[in-house]
Amino acid sequence: MALLESLAIQILEMLIVLAAAPLLTGFVRKVKARLLRKRGPPLLQPYRDLIKLTKKEVVIAESASWLFRALPYLVFAATWVAAALVPTFGAGLMFSWSADMIAITALLGSARFFLALAGMDVGTSFGGIGSSREMMFATLAEPAMLMIVFTLALIAGSTQLSTVAAFMLSPAVGVRVSLGLAMVGLVIVAIAENARIPVDNPATHLELTMVHEAMVLEYSGRHLAMIELSAQLKLVLYVSMIACIFVPFGLAPPGAGWRDLLIGAAAYFTKLAGAGALLALFETSVAKMRVFRAPDFIGVALMLGLLATLLRFVSREM
Amino acid sequence: MTLAGGLVAIGGLLALGPAALAPSRVRHLSSLIYGGVFLICVLMTGWALQRLFAGAPPEALTLPLGLPWLGAHFRIDALSGFFLAIVDFGAAAASFYALGYGRHEKAPGRVLPFFPPFVAAMNLVVLADDAYVFLLSWELMSLASWALVMAHHREGDNVRAGYVYILMATLGTFALLLAFGLLGGADGDLGFGALRGHPPSAAVAGAVLALALIGAGSKAGLTPLHIWLPLAHPAAPSHVSALMSGVMTKVAIYGFLRIVFDLLGPAAWWWGAPMMAAGAATAVVGVLFALLHNDLKRVLAYSTIENIGVIFVALGLALAFETNGQGTAAALAMTAALFHILNHSLFKSLLFFGSGAVLTATDERDMGRLGGLLNLMPLSGLFMLVGAGAISALPPLNGFASEWLIFQAILLSPSLPSWTLKLEIPAVGALLALAAALAGACFVRLFGISFLGRPRGEAARAAKEVDRFMLAAMGVLAVLCLVAGILPGYVIDALSPIVHLLVGARMAPQTDLGWLAIAPVAESRSSYDGMLVFLFIASSALLAAAIIHRLASDATRVAPAWDCGFPDSNPAAQYTPESFAQPIRRVFGGFVFRSREKVDMPAPGDLRPARFDLSIQDLVWDIVYRPVTRGVQLGADRLNRLQFLTIRQYLSLVFAALVFLLLALAIWT
Repeated sequence: MALLESLAIQILEMLIVLAAAPLLTGFVRKVKARLLRKRGPPLLQPYRDLIKLTKKEVVIAESASWLFRALPYLVFAATWVAAALVPTFGAGLMFSWSADMIAITALLGSARFFLALAGMDVGTSFGGIGSSREMMFATLAEPAMLMIVFTLALIAGSTQLSTVAAFMLSPAVGVRVSLGLAMVGLVIVAIAENARIPVDNPATHLELTMVHEAMVLEYSGRHLAMIELSAQLKLVLYVSMIACIFVPFGLAPPGAGWRDLLIGAAAYFTKLAGAGALLALFETSVAKMRVFRAPDFIGVALMLGLLATLLRFVSREM
Repeated sequence: MTLAGGLVAIGGLLALGPAALAPSRVRHLSSLIYGGVFLICVLMTGWALQRLFAGAPPEALTLPLGLPWLGAHFRIDALSGFFLAIVDFGAAAASFYALGYGRHEKAPGRVLPFFPPFVAAMNLVVLADDAYVFLLSWELMSLASWALVMAHHREGDNVRAGYVYILMATLGTFALLLAFGLLGGADGDLGFGALRGHPPSAAVAGAVLALALIGAGSKAGLTPLHIWLPLAHPAAPSHVSALMSGVMTKVAIYGFLRIVFDLLGPAAWWWGAPMMAAGAATAVVGVLFALLHNDLKRVLAYSTIENIGVIFVALGLALAFETNGQGTAAALAMTAALFHILNHSLFKSLLFFGSGAVLTATDERDMGRLGGLLNLMPLSGLFMLVGAGAISALPPLNGFASEWLIFQAILLSPSLPSWTLKLEIPAVGALLALAAALAGACFVRLFGISFLGRPRGEAARAAKEVDRFMLAAMGVLAVLCLVAGILPGYVIDALSPIVHLLVGARMAPQTDLGWLAIAPVAESRSSYDGMLVFLFIASSALLAAAIIHRLASDATRVAPAWDCGFPDSNPAAQYTPESFAQPIRRVFGGFVFRSREKVDMPAPGDLRPARFDLSIQDLVWDIVYRPVTRGVQLGADRLNRLQFLTIRQYLSLVFAALVFLLLALAIWT
């Protein structure tokens, strides 16, 4: 029975992140529009877009290979599996032990690997520019992420995200310098990985500085829907990860009853909304960087991560 | 089979070399030779694996060969058994691949006689139990592979590659010779058993460690001794490149392990530090250079350097833990190193086979002239993609499993008491993470440019899928990359006797955990389940595809590329290997390699074409090797004067030398 219950919770969490992903993107867009004194699209517009895309015919370029048609599903699968391993409203995920934070980082790396290949498959200059720049950002963002993972693992004594979240709920955490550094670093990585301003602009097409949109330029119909959905999932994943590590309040501890889970769910959606609003505020208040300024920005995250890890190595209190 | 049987099989390999000199009228000579090597290697692999799984006790044998007072000692224990399996499995795959690939060889007479002795020599290095046999086999391995590097000596830069290789190989053997000399001490007994019984003093042991790092490190490709590797490995025929990169570098690591972890006695706490520093530097430098080169095989050779760096980091960690009495942590790091050794031998052989397939199909190694090969060579492309994913450490493939173990070992290191290590290891971890991310970029570039996109040249447009032998060899390796990735627990358990031999401790058995998960330290600390990750990814991808195709649309139309409305039909308008690497070159180029970009843009109205020049320099050449070569040149010039003396001057020179030596002797005693 307990097994069935935890399985149900796991599946519920997987479905919730999937269902909430377009909503968060819609919410961020809406808040951004309101901050600019526009009305903005309705909250549910991303769902409508996705449904419309799946119903449309797919146009595939003549030079595309079979890989082009398989990659959107692989990107989606890798991102979804990673997202399923991040605690949202309850810390006790059933399959949390099957992949830890390093594996989640690597799963997101796989999604990026596939997406970059997808950008190069048709053989257009836009696709190449997107893939090349995406990989350049990744060469800094991925080590930064790993260093942050190291810091958290050294603080919590585990690389399992569920265990880390449970530890963060406990009073043993306290205020630590390394934790602060890791948080700033993780936020920077999240901004860079989700192609948000100032690294990339999710709202542009046909602009020479674009990265993510350039890679997926050749995609249409259901394939594009899969890629859009994975991008939205990734945003939810990073928000959930930051929330469960640095703002774990309300998170249902492992083995909690249904009441705690309901509180956890309410807290989770509040956190999503809060993070979405903050992201929108941040995006409207800064300008996009030149492409070759972005490495400096992401490099800050790498340095912060390294510094935080180093602090953990030299002192147990920091 | 016993050790004697194994040696007879190796003798068979040695005999196949001269047999290949048979008149070329003999039909299917190449198939006969490669088939013979394949059979012997399969036999040897089976023997080694059977010993490994049965936990057979060490077995020794002395033959009345070699030095008269010493004889030739051979011995197989868990460590040599593991490396024997790697050598022979790699060689079996390479010779099976060569059954197809060898048919396209233009000068088989230059390859066939040297291939079996090369394989035999690697076997002998692993089985040797005295310094004499070890060095002799090591040198035979170097010479046979040198001959194979020089097989196509008229092409491109291959003569220079061979020259640099033989110089560096000589340097390496010389360092090992000195290392064994120091180990042997005044008694001069060179059997490994005797060396093991007399551990040297601390200072001598430090010197032996340095010499082993130079000797084995130069063969494995540690920076700054790596310079020959990216020249020599690509120059050989592809199945030999696979052996050199996938297997011979592992034999070098075996030599290092044997000397440092076995013969040298108890280690000092600081030994791990230089190993990790060299490893981390090697990993980053190797992969950065891999990102800059356009030659498919040279990129792979540089990436070998990266992986050797990763392995040395893990070895250094193991030593650091061991000397601080943290047995389980040392076992974890050592398991990670051995696992990565196994993985690298699998996927690097696979990738070199893939590059050989490209070479067979297009006669082209320059990525800048390839493109779109996935459509024409679907199977080779798929296998290459698996290899690229595995080497980029994508879960659930095998590369990720071993890198994950290394990261877990790093996370255990804050408990080390030494401040040097405390400050070094976080930096090493960051460099490893950086190298892993760069490797991802490198293999997106390699696969994306050569297999995806549109063909950039005539040769790429006319490519055809390669024959069944080559595909089968690649397929088996690709499947093994996946199997080792989703069943890491079995690999770890199989490695545990070797780990126990090397660091005196072992990891907890992993296969008891259930669900095929691995948990290196404790389940609450960290665990990973490759099988589940694989099943999750496969099922959610299939589920998504099925739902969408069922419930929504599966209509498809093929049309010209969109490219934001401005498609360019010229394939040259695609991203090239240089342009793909340009952002990374900009970010890292300033301080790692002197990359200079020169753009010559004509003024408006000027009809001359615009030019873009890119120059890259390996700083190691400038900093380390240029002064050495300049010194040698200078010395040779000075000494040259001695060639033109009169007979009287020569006689007085000889007389002066005699007097000097006699005086020295008199003062000495």
